[in-house]
Amino acid sequence: MTNSLGDIEEAEAFFITGSNTTETHPVISYRVRRAKKRGAKVIVADPRRIRMAEEADVFLQLKPGTNVALLQGIAKVILEEKLYQEEFVREKCEGFDEFAEALQAVKLDEVSKITGVPEEKITQAARIYAGNKPATILYAMGITQHAQGTDNVLALASLAMLTGNMGKRGGGVNPLRGQNNVQGACDMAALPNVFPGYQPVTSEEARKKFEKAYGAEIPGKPGKPMTVMFKEALTGGIKGLYIMGENPVMSEADSAKAREALQKMELVVVQDIFFNETCEYADVVLPAASFAEKDGSFVNTERRVQRIRKAINPPGEAKSDTEIISELAGKIGLKGFNYSSQEEIMQEIASLVPKWAGINYKRMENGGICWPCPDENHPGTPILYTEKFLRESGKALFKPVTYQEPQETPDEEYPFALTTGRILYHYHTGTMTRRVEGLSSLYGAEKVWINQNDAEKMSINQGDRVKVASRRGEVTAEAMPAREVLEGTVFMTFHFAEACANELTNTAMDPVAKIPELKVCAVKVERA
Amino acid sequence: MRQKFDTIEKEARKAWEELQESGVPQVLVGAATCGNATGGQDVIKAVYKKLKEKNGKAVVKQVGCIGLCYAEVLVDIIKPGMPRICYSEMTPEKAEELIESYLFNDDPRPDMALGHFGEEGPEGIPKISELPVFKSQQRVILKNCGHVDPESIEEYIVNDGYKGLLKCLEQKPEDIVDEVTSSRLRGRGGAGFPAGRKWSSCLKAQADEKYVICNADEGDPGAFMDRSVLEGDPHSVIEGMTIAGYAIGASKGYLYVRAEYPLAIARLRKAIAQAKEKNLLGEDILGSGFNFDLEIFQGAGAFVCGESTALVMSIEGNRGMPKPLPRPRTTEAGLWGRPTLLNNVKTFSVVPQILNKGADWFASIGTEGSPGTAVFALTGKINRSGLIEVPMGIELEKIIREIGGDILDDKEFKAVQTGGPSGGCLPLDKLDLPVDFDSLLEAGSMMGSGGMVVMDKDTCMVDVARYFLDFTFEESCGQCAPCRLGTAQMLSILDDICEGRGREGDIELLLELGDSIIKGTICGLGNTAPNPVLSTIEYFRDEYEAHIRDKSCPALVCKSLIVYTINEEKCNGCGRCRKSCPVEAIIGEKKEPHKIDQSKCTKCGICYQECPDRFGAVERKTGQENLSVVN
Amino acid sequence: MVKLNINGIEVQAKEGVTVFEAAEQVGIYIPTLCHHPDLSTFGACRVCMVEANGRLVTACRAPVEDGMVVKTDTEDVNKVRLYNVELTLAYHNQDCQTCSRNGNCKLQEVARFVGVTPESMEGIRRSRVEQFIDDSNPFFHRDNTKCILCGICIRTCEEINGVSAIDFAYRGYKTAVSTVGDKPIKESRCESCGECLERCPTGALYRSKPAVPEREVESVCTYCGVGCGIYLGVRGEKVVSVRGNEENPANRGDLCVKGRFGFDFVNHPDRLKTPLMKKNGNWQEVSWEEALSFVADKINGLRKEHGSQVLGGVSSARCTNEENYLFQKLFRSMGTNNVDHCARL
Repeated sequence: MTNSLGDIEEAEAFFITGSNTTETHPVISYRVRRAKKRGAKVIVADPRRIRMAEEADVFLQLKPGTNVALLQGIAKVILEEKLYQEEFVREKCEGFDEFAEALQAVKLDEVSKITGVPEEKITQAARIYAGNKPATILYAMGITQHAQGTDNVLALASLAMLTGNMGKRGGGVNPLRGQNNVQGACDMAALPNVFPGYQPVTSEEARKKFEKAYGAEIPGKPGKPMTVMFKEALTGGIKGLYIMGENPVMSEADSAKAREALQKMELVVVQDIFFNETCEYADVVLPAASFAEKDGSFVNTERRVQRIRKAINPPGEAKSDTEIISELAGKIGLKGFNYSSQEEIMQEIASLVPKWAGINYKRMENGGICWPCPDENHPGTPILYTEKFLRESGKALFKPVTYQEPQETPDEEYPFALTTGRILYHYHTGTMTRRVEGLSSLYGAEKVWINQNDAEKMSINQGDRVKVASRRGEVTAEAMPAREVLEGTVFMTFHFAEACANELTNTAMDPVAKIPELKVCAVKVERA
Repeated sequence: MRQKFDTIEKEARKAWEELQESGVPQVLVGAATCGNATGGQDVIKAVYKKLKEKNGKAVVKQVGCIGLCYAEVLVDIIKPGMPRICYSEMTPEKAEELIESYLFNDDPRPDMALGHFGEEGPEGIPKISELPVFKSQQRVILKNCGHVDPESIEEYIVNDGYKGLLKCLEQKPEDIVDEVTSSRLRGRGGAGFPAGRKWSSCLKAQADEKYVICNADEGDPGAFMDRSVLEGDPHSVIEGMTIAGYAIGASKGYLYVRAEYPLAIARLRKAIAQAKEKNLLGEDILGSGFNFDLEIFQGAGAFVCGESTALVMSIEGNRGMPKPLPRPRTTEAGLWGRPTLLNNVKTFSVVPQILNKGADWFASIGTEGSPGTAVFALTGKINRSGLIEVPMGIELEKIIREIGGDILDDKEFKAVQTGGPSGGCLPLDKLDLPVDFDSLLEAGSMMGSGGMVVMDKDTCMVDVARYFLDFTFEESCGQCAPCRLGTAQMLSILDDICEGRGREGDIELLLELGDSIIKGTICGLGNTAPNPVLSTIEYFRDEYEAHIRDKSCPALVCKSLIVYTINEEKCNGCGRCRKSCPVEAIIGEKKEPHKIDQSKCTKCGICYQECPDRFGAVERKTGQENLSVVN
Repeated sequence: MVKLNINGIEVQAKEGVTVFEAAEQVGIYIPTLCHHPDLSTFGACRVCMVEANGRLVTACRAPVEDGMVVKTDTEDVNKVRLYNVELTLAYHNQDCQTCSRNGNCKLQEVARFVGVTPESMEGIRRSRVEQFIDDSNPFFHRDNTKCILCGICIRTCEEINGVSAIDFAYRGYKTAVSTVGDKPIKESRCESCGECLERCPTGALYRSKPAVPEREVESVCTYCGVGCGIYLGVRGEKVVSVRGNEENPANRGDLCVKGRFGFDFVNHPDRLKTPLMKKNGNWQEVSWEEALSFVADKINGLRKEHGSQVLGGVSSARCTNEENYLFQKLFRSMGTNNVDHCARL
């Protein structure tokens, strides 16, 4: 997030897209609803009539995968009606002319046709977003899990730049991060292309620093992203996989492919708190400690680094991940893995990551601290870009984007667009939440959400078993005819191993971020 | 403006005069809800049937109620050259007979007539205004009810309708507010708040929009004053609200009518459509540039929604609950947070006349502090129940004895309750009390919206208090503890007292509870709910004491405290009581004295009624001794 | 600033604050049952009544005025308060001993303060309200006999999380907190966040599995990326409760259903307790020594044979910074950048 949770509540307008906020980030949704009650405006764009749509002053129910078109439409209206903030665009941004030029080609009626959203609603949304200051954008995987995910984000950023909503309280472009420490895992460079703190592996200077610190030779070119690892496992490019706290058999697009990849590998190690679905394909399973059984820190969606504390001992012989890694590193013959405490690891991080240089356990007390925090006297940075942007010129760059169809669109054989996500009562692959009796009693099995008109046409009633199949696999689950889903689309989750949506999803991915297009693929639905 | 109105009036008058001069007789049938309930529609059918049979012509109109409930169904006949004659207690058969005699055989049937309007009439028929029921009445608010066809805007216009609005539009809003203020009109909803003050505060409030609301959520049991006005003279309310809209600067009004008044709603709808058609409502009224629109909002039957803030909540789509003080006045921040003028049906309906005839005219009626008239729904143990309108200041006694025709069956008067379920009960020695807002309040009762229940000596005052409290208990919005639980507690205590479980200290506890409810509650409902209990304790404390100490109900009403026995000396053994007893509690051989098995007796009282007067053997007793004898 | 006098104490208060807040400021206790600092004022319990300039007003609603004289201990004030509380008690479930809120109950606290005694209750009719327990929600239940209709749950649902699943239904004595169509809470639009439960002043809303922790440990929720501050309640070797940390800037005490109630997995019997190795197609419990030596040997073997680029590491967005850091350090120390995690999922 460019902004903090505390300040986005001050927004006068919210543009929420690709985020089912009430179910995936409930506590943030409370804030939006509170803001709405005091008079803030809300725009929601989503293929499903999600709960948040009830709060919306304008709800844009777009066809899955047509986000870029919609966002261009909104930008077009802002430009044409001169709703953009000229001063900000002139002084803080670059590339406006090219951006405006590129939008020339965009026609609102075509946008409406592509997205299925009426023109007047697009206009209305643009006016609300540009006309109420500050305005904030909240988005989540509905924006990123597309073959055009990066373009989606660029298009959103352009809207914020156009309207001068960057670097201000109540403004910004705010991805709501889906997992407790997804921000931290990125910050800590569990990523193939960067060292901790987003220092590129291609940077000579950074590489030297880490080689020295680790006493090892590190390649100067990026490693393989997970999606690529799985692909290359099939051809022998990856032979050994160490999985810590992950369940790719359920969470990766195209589960069948994921299983095949795992089977091909010579070594698969899974380290987890439960014997998850991926463990079946492992050679070794290592028992880890849960969040309640260890010390450490998490970074939340607003870049706030916070402490977690050990409350109880891990069960049986289970150990914390750092303990396991350290011991394993020792056995492999690596040096530099002897730490007396988690705090010591954090000290090492601070010494290697300039943006974290001022962060330590003491400063994490009392509500944590938002990075960047370059030194011990720095108060942390809840809002980014208040003075300048990260580029050398200090200015933000408008990047024109063009709409492309999703990689797989419905056709005669697979007439429905499947879109996936989470529901309120469960989390990810369900390893934790399905072991909470109460949560399971509130939502116990997968449901295939389908538009009630579509269901009627196929004589599918609530509770009927239906088979959903794509070119990659099929699952059977209970049908849930509902008005919330757009005609021609179905919605499923990846919480339930018995009927996991990822058996169906497409591994087509965004060329930059390598995110699979989990939010849209073509499926067919029939009574089971 | 005036020109436009003149044209409208001329058209209306033309139609009216054509009718008068056509030589066609008019038959007016009281077909408000009350008339219909007693068979009004059947009477209408009978009239048509007769006309058809005789191949005769007459204009049959459904009109509102003139208030003579005891005499329903009422049929008035206007024959050319004759005064209007009113006939009472009509049935389809009698109506056919009347039509035959009067319309076709020129016999005005003095035997069926109640009276005639105007100065002169046929022999044997009294002047209606001189009847005791009408002599002391003064019809201001109800002046059109039962006289004009409520579904005809023309008739309303011919009877000075919309003239007040015309005068209003020719003046400045401030002048209208001044006029209302100097009339000293007080709100007819119950509390008697000076209307002028409300209007002026609304006029002064600054806002992008203001609203006018007519409170027609008449909920007191047995009260039907507002309904009669809405059913009998809907245009007067519409005109009054439009004037109010102009005066305070509102362009939108709501009529909050309880859904249980379907006829009132239907007539209002029709009247609104007619007024719009004639440009007396809607956009650019009479070319004045003033816009005013009216919407009907149907209340869902919660008594508490008669409270202004609850009513506003209800229109806003919320649960109707009064807003606790301190809060902004409705006149400053009411509906949707905008300044809102909320008045009762009768208040609005009298406004056109004030504008038309002047504030002085209105102020000259009634008393100094309470000018104008009061409308009551007079009911109870009285000979002539119905809707009455009297000048403020009239004595209670006059209403009960003269207009109401005194107590039924020549029984003794005991108490009169005014002001609906939360009014107080006044005893005999308060009958000289003048009826006005302040005097009633001082005596522990209130004007309320206009209910008046007369009780005779066979009424148990503890039971009465319990009855009224039960109503407010049921209708409390449930929000605040004093009202929700305080009424429940008082009711439990009254139940106990009536059922022989009263304890020493209960009276004091009731008084304390009543006091703390009044002081602690949120709204007017809770604030007045203890009134029936407090006033009966004040004036009839001995009855409470009798119930508690002697387990005695002096009026012989409270079942638990009475016992039925058969006086062996008087019983002839006729067996009527035995045969009629629904629970076979009476035993005895024929010609032998009978006995009541108290373990079976449900105290239904049938034996008491069945025992022939000449024996009078079944006796009703109360009090500790009598109860313990049989137990 | 406004100057007022409360019980002879001169108080300076900000304009717009209520008499209740002004009194609080100088440490004067005013009893209340329906007021909650997180929520809008309601003013329906009538227990906070005080005399302001000679008139009885609800302290929670009355704004301070310059020169206002407030008395909190007059005859009328005490009478109204006492009767209100006594009436509330008269219709309240009387089995305090088995109530989850015994000793920590607002009604008990207020009753004590206003001076309810057996003598003062003399004459008041007690009544048993027909009990109805809504136990449809697996995490919290509602017992109508303990509900005092303060409306705090209703306002919480509307103002804290904006769901408005509940409201008052029915009238008068039958007034109850209910859902649309009076359906069980589970079938309503309730999101089970439990915010109402946390604010209920009595035991009307209570946890289905009550557990009072013996100690609490400050932590952060393990589910989504909001990073809500929590206190883990621990009893023995078990996590038995979670409550929101009001000091935490991310959530300021708010939690959702998973955060508040979804902790049972921690102590679930399915938890992995020993390393496992697949031997001859079967899973066998092994020692750490055996498991890690096997993995290390296998890794070193692959490195020797094919180089480090055939190794891949999948880390986790659910692990800590320290763990993620160490994990990437492990792979980079082995000379490969093949490390990634589930950020994209």
